[in-house]
Amino acid sequence: MKTEIYSIAFIERTNMVRFLVGNGGFSTNDKEKAMIYFDNSATTKPYKEVLDSFTKVSTSFFGNPSSLHSFGAQSEKLISQAREQMAKLMKVQSNEIYFTSGGTESNNLAIKGSALMYRNRGKHIIISEIEHPSIKEAALQLKELGFKVTSIPVDQNGHVNVKDIQKKITDETILVSIMHVNNEVGSIQPIKEIGDFLKDYPKILFHVDHVQGIGKVPLDFHNCHIDLCSISAHKFHGLKGVGALYIRNGVKISPLLSGGGQENRLRSGTENTAGIISMAKALRITLQQQESHQKLMIRIKDFLRSQLEKIEGVVIHTPIFRSAPHILNFSIEGFKAEVFVHALEEKNIYVSTTSACSSKKAKASSTLMAMGVKEETALSAIRVSLAYENTIEEADKFIEAVNQAVTGLRKVMN
Amino acid sequence: MNYDRILIRYGELSTKGRNRKHFIDRLRRNIKSILRDFPNVKIESNRERMFVLLNGEDKDAVLDSLTKVFGIQTFSPAIKVEKDIEKMKQAALELFQMNDTEGITFKITTKRSDKEFEFDTGELNHIFGSHLLKNIPNLKVDVKNPDINLLVEVRKEAIYMSCETVHGAGGLPVGSSGKAMLMLSGGIDSPVAGFLSMKRGVEIEAVHFFSPPFTSERAKQKVIDLSEKLANIGGTVKLHIVPFTEIQQLIHKQVPENYSMTTTRRLMLKITDEIRRRNDGLAIITGESLGQVASQTLESMFAINDVTNTPILRPLITMDKTEIIELSQKIDTFEISSRPYEDCCTIFVPASPKTKPKRDKVRYYESYTDFEPLIAEAVNNTETVEIKPQNKKEDQFADLF
Repeated sequence: MKTEIYSIAFIERTNMVRFLVGNGGFSTNDKEKAMIYFDNSATTKPYKEVLDSFTKVSTSFFGNPSSLHSFGAQSEKLISQAREQMAKLMKVQSNEIYFTSGGTESNNLAIKGSALMYRNRGKHIIISEIEHPSIKEAALQLKELGFKVTSIPVDQNGHVNVKDIQKKITDETILVSIMHVNNEVGSIQPIKEIGDFLKDYPKILFHVDHVQGIGKVPLDFHNCHIDLCSISAHKFHGLKGVGALYIRNGVKISPLLSGGGQENRLRSGTENTAGIISMAKALRITLQQQESHQKLMIRIKDFLRSQLEKIEGVVIHTPIFRSAPHILNFSIEGFKAEVFVHALEEKNIYVSTTSACSSKKAKASSTLMAMGVKEETALSAIRVSLAYENTIEEADKFIEAVNQAVTGLRKVMN
Repeated sequence: MNYDRILIRYGELSTKGRNRKHFIDRLRRNIKSILRDFPNVKIESNRERMFVLLNGEDKDAVLDSLTKVFGIQTFSPAIKVEKDIEKMKQAALELFQMNDTEGITFKITTKRSDKEFEFDTGELNHIFGSHLLKNIPNLKVDVKNPDINLLVEVRKEAIYMSCETVHGAGGLPVGSSGKAMLMLSGGIDSPVAGFLSMKRGVEIEAVHFFSPPFTSERAKQKVIDLSEKLANIGGTVKLHIVPFTEIQQLIHKQVPENYSMTTTRRLMLKITDEIRRRNDGLAIITGESLGQVASQTLESMFAINDVTNTPILRPLITMDKTEIIELSQKIDTFEISSRPYEDCCTIFVPASPKTKPKRDKVRYYESYTDFEPLIAEAVNNTETVEIKPQNKKEDQFADLF
């Protein structure tokens, strides 16, 4: 038995080795150049400047911000400077930014923290069917604790309809959580309309999962009447393990992590100083170039769409209107997505099946299912997600590779 | 159509007769300093109005900065339009269409200071009103309580139009009423006292007493951060940091415990007064509120005030603590003030300070010790830092961000 398991692992390993050093013996650097990375919704490559900040802070300012001495105070000062910079970039107050370990924690904190705080006000929570697992699963956990959770459906374009939310609101509702940009198909949700409508319900908090949206699709927190909003650094070329939750002044939620009382008693645990500083930098660089990068990504996306449409059996799931500039989701009927991912991988092109978090489970994308896509088609869905470093040339190569793979695989299968 | 400028209406200074030019210059300089983050902004001023030309800078961010500037009554984002009636009509329509116009009400307020313009106010109102009503469905007129008030100002050089008016901070431009020293401890009250004085045009230099190692670098940082908040309102603030350890130790040794607090305050006031003299200040500002703590009873103030006849301004004297906290939250200093570090007022606090100290007694206790050499030394060793508005401060860590 044991040998068998080993041998599978071994085969996988050798495959990896082939990819990494094989194919004509690329050095890591050449390899990186030749690689086409189209999985930027899973995670992005950190900016070099971000890594520089991270190492510098980790080397020179490793003091604990809670320490009394001036060395610790320096770290504290850096963190508050980062907080101010982030606040300025997001056009909010600095005391509205709470640092966390990333999108999943921010989402959990928003959902469970609100539920814990206001459980006496009501026990009803509204989310959508296409939320990220960190929202869905958090809501499920609350369900076990006696909360009622309503999931709002989406239309065939992956958009929530405000009216569906309106219909489900009861006296018991304390929280509505809707994502801004869907991580699997890139559909943009009508956050402004939902916020405008919810502002007449002072008892209902409005949380927005902005993890896929930030730096890609602008969102005005005040104008949209948002109470809570999650972001994560590694989706905008920062590092993994750091994120933030915006909590509007005047909104109180319960902490999930108790301890030393960091982050204004809402999120205990020694601050990730270097991660936080580098996130502030990543956000600055990202937002400064948002407009030009957006244009580039839209161009690539449009190009991909027009080329993919020409291939027989391709169904594009990402809606044409109200979708983010960086995500394109499509199926090639008849092929399992996984097979396709690996076929592209051989050509050094990296894409995802569905969201990275659920792609290891062999289940059809729940977002696509919610949009009414047939299970068989959903199982062959591929997500291409772009970043500023991608080029039209890469897109061209990608299309070529898809064509080759389709022809090649069809031969094998017929 | 985008707003390209901000029209600023002066506050009380419109009435300031001959000093007017001085006030306007001051306001202009203050606005310039507050807006240094926006390098493309240009400021134009005349006797009636000031214009901030945006030149592509972020309108909302500039508006936000202006809400904090004293000496501004109201301001409006505006556009400049040629004196051509067709262009004016088009501009008015586009301004409206920037908003959601479904079912809203409006009125038009026209001011015509250029009496040679071919149409008079009534005619202009009529022209614009009918043009808007014709082109925007479901628009209604409501002159009493409109959703949008379209302001049209016909001036010699051009027409200015705006759809919104924002209330400014009021008051007088900081610096137009002279300079005073603010005793800044790091607590909640003193920054608020500074803020209120600035509102009446006082330029502020802060004085902080620093007693290392009894008070930490962080207590000092706290005061620097507070000064920064004040600098954001009125431009650069000078902060004088007085080394106070030796004096406090001497007081502790020489003065009976229940009077030590009174003496401490007297010496702080003396030192502040000397710094004031050297910097050409005209008054001293404190955050005292009557009866709040032992040092703030009338008896106490009487005994402490004994050391100088310089005017002492106490803007908070009649305010309740809750009112002060509200203000400190409004000016964004509450959080900084609430950081839990010891400052010069919280160390060496006697168990039971005299709430009704007698002036003669405190004089008598102090008469055994010559504090003068130490006072002179403290003043001479005072460190002075210039705190610039935070947005543009020299940042040694800039490369990290």
